[in-house]
Amino acid sequence: MPLKRKDLLGIADLSPEEINLLLDTAETFRDVNQRQIKKVPTLRGKTVINLFFEASTRTRTSFEIAAKRLSADAINISASTSSVVKGETLIDTALNLQAMAPDAIVIRHSSSGAPHQIAKIVNAAVINAGDGAHEHPTQALLDALTIRHNKGRIAGLKVAIIGDVLHSRVARSNAHLLSKLGARVALAGPRTLLPFGLEKLIAPSEGFVTFAGNINEAIKDADVVMMLRIQLERQSGGFFPSLREYSIHYGLNRRRLDLAKPDAIVLHPGPINRGVEIDSDVADGPFSLILNQVENGVAARMAVLYLLAGGEYREVVRP
Amino acid sequence: MLLIKNGTIIDPSQSLEKKKDLLIRDGRIEAIDESLNVEGAEIFDAMDLIVAPGFIDLHVHLREPGFEYKETIASGARAAVAGGFTSVCCMPNTKPVNDNSSVTRFIVEQGRAAKLANIFPIGAITQGSNGEQLAEIGEMKAAGIVAISDDGKPVLDSGLMRRAMEYSRDFDLPVVDHCEDCCGAAGWAMHEGEYSALMGLKGLPGAAEDLHVARDIMLAELTGARVHIAHISTARSVDLARQAKQKGLAVTCEVAPHHFTLTDKDVYESGYNTNFKMAPPLRSQSDLEAIIEGLRDGTIDAIATDHAPHHANEKMLEFDHAPNGIIGLETAVSLTLDRLVHRGVITLSRMVELLSTNPARVFKLDRGTLKVGAVADVTIFDPNRKINVDVSKFQSKSRNTPFGEWELKGAPVAAIVGGRVVWRGEEG
Repeated sequence: MPLKRKDLLGIADLSPEEINLLLDTAETFRDVNQRQIKKVPTLRGKTVINLFFEASTRTRTSFEIAAKRLSADAINISASTSSVVKGETLIDTALNLQAMAPDAIVIRHSSSGAPHQIAKIVNAAVINAGDGAHEHPTQALLDALTIRHNKGRIAGLKVAIIGDVLHSRVARSNAHLLSKLGARVALAGPRTLLPFGLEKLIAPSEGFVTFAGNINEAIKDADVVMMLRIQLERQSGGFFPSLREYSIHYGLNRRRLDLAKPDAIVLHPGPINRGVEIDSDVADGPFSLILNQVENGVAARMAVLYLLAGGEYREVVRP
Repeated sequence: MLLIKNGTIIDPSQSLEKKKDLLIRDGRIEAIDESLNVEGAEIFDAMDLIVAPGFIDLHVHLREPGFEYKETIASGARAAVAGGFTSVCCMPNTKPVNDNSSVTRFIVEQGRAAKLANIFPIGAITQGSNGEQLAEIGEMKAAGIVAISDDGKPVLDSGLMRRAMEYSRDFDLPVVDHCEDCCGAAGWAMHEGEYSALMGLKGLPGAAEDLHVARDIMLAELTGARVHIAHISTARSVDLARQAKQKGLAVTCEVAPHHFTLTDKDVYESGYNTNFKMAPPLRSQSDLEAIIEGLRDGTIDAIATDHAPHHANEKMLEFDHAPNGIIGLETAVSLTLDRLVHRGVITLSRMVELLSTNPARVFKLDRGTLKVGAVADVTIFDPNRKINVDVSKFQSKSRNTPFGEWELKGAPVAAIVGGRVVWRGEEG
């Protein structure tokens, strides 16, 4: 069963069945990634363009490796500035790429909705690799893969997502995905960085996504604690007074983590600010799966590329 | 001579709503009566149509001088009459800004040369609309401005606004304000609410407008100035305007058709379509309902389009980088009929008030009436004609509208300016 859609723009419009298909497919690619020869011929002859309008090392590399392990030809384009600065419209950039007939275009952009605008006008599959503060669907998939692998399930878990939810596409995509699969998501952080109202539209039914009164309440009895990266420039934006105060009141340390379930795991989309949103002894501790997330990122992106670029599910399960 | 026969004349200025004939001679209303017959007069058969005093749009951007690739005074005037408007009041945010009498005179002359709608310029409040030093308001008045505004660049300095209001009284000009306190929301892309949260777009809270409206009302009370709130968009602002009117202050307000038709949910459903981006942004459902109530109970004085043409290239940007604004002249009458009249919110007579009688009163224009002797500006419309909005047929140079391909009931049929039929629709 291929994914019956042209693009992956966000988790919001995916059904639980589609999410599970993506996760199951990613699971099989996890195995491929542990082989001696980490390459399958599935997307031979296909072209994948990584179009990154925003700096990224981890995500871009992860997509590039994913494409190459599927035998696709991967091309990276770093358009460091947005089209408005460059003088070419976003639409023109997209049409120029379209003219080169790629099979998939992976887009990262600082403006929310940019991949959606491009998807409307190109034939290639468009994969959102992060758009502004909107969505980062492959991050949510790799997080879910990590959680599922560790906990054996998603449904019924309590997941705390802590920090700058307002500007976080990771938080949005995760809240969509985890609630669709039956987890309960508690969002918390400084009140200046919480987009209240989100919970009304994001969850399949009431109560699956909530804003906790404070971060301790969110972390209490959580199975998963996901810390969000604090963008250092938010301080100058007046969202909080100092990194020192942020760390004391909203950072994850051992003491706070003790409020969670004894077997709770810690996730972070990276890159981490040690000593700001997360203490080093937590980030490097045994419950931290931060590097597993990176590992699973390749498998998740292989699944997305594979299912969107026309592969079929049975091909990968064949040994 | 022009004789409009068989139409239903609706003119709230003389409490008239009756099937009558209308005779125009030498650019003025000559007579209104049942079954007029005049030898030699050109006949306009208005059977099944409404004949109203010419519609006046208090808020348009004609982009000339400076941005002629978006719109010119001539193309804007063509769009106006094709939308049933016989007069438009154009905002001063041109390049150069209309902050002195030379620019005012240029606009007036271009308007006359176009020979279509009446073009009434609005002058800037401050030089360059920079919010620092008052513009030469008296000189602009002498050259033809009908109001002052720094539209799009709200006057944030309350002391300066106070002086502007006081000074405006010496020249009997209304002060029109685009009410938007920054509220820490510089760079906003849409209304702040659950949809901005969901879409990851920076939001402008309704409070940003409310604060500014409240301030302007207080200053109106202090100074006695006539204050007109442009494109009101929030429930609280409508409330504030209602209270101000109850107090007897000279506060008036207008609403744009998109604010009684669309909400932030439509922005979401459009999938980041930049033709759903304007200032003020499309608000919440409860704001829309309060606006509907304000239209119903008389709090809102006028419907004005905030016609804001942008070239397609400029709208082809990322949502947060795309410029604010949509065009409105050629869809306003149909939206008003479809969304307000046919849904029972307002009567046809109230519609004419909102589009003609009140705008004339608010800006003290010598228009908005069909009384004998008045300038013969007439809008003829068909409340029942069904249209499909075809942007390719727009007279405006720009196409930035969210209403393309909408099916609407009701449309303008003809526009008469100074006794001359300047536009007549295909089937009119």
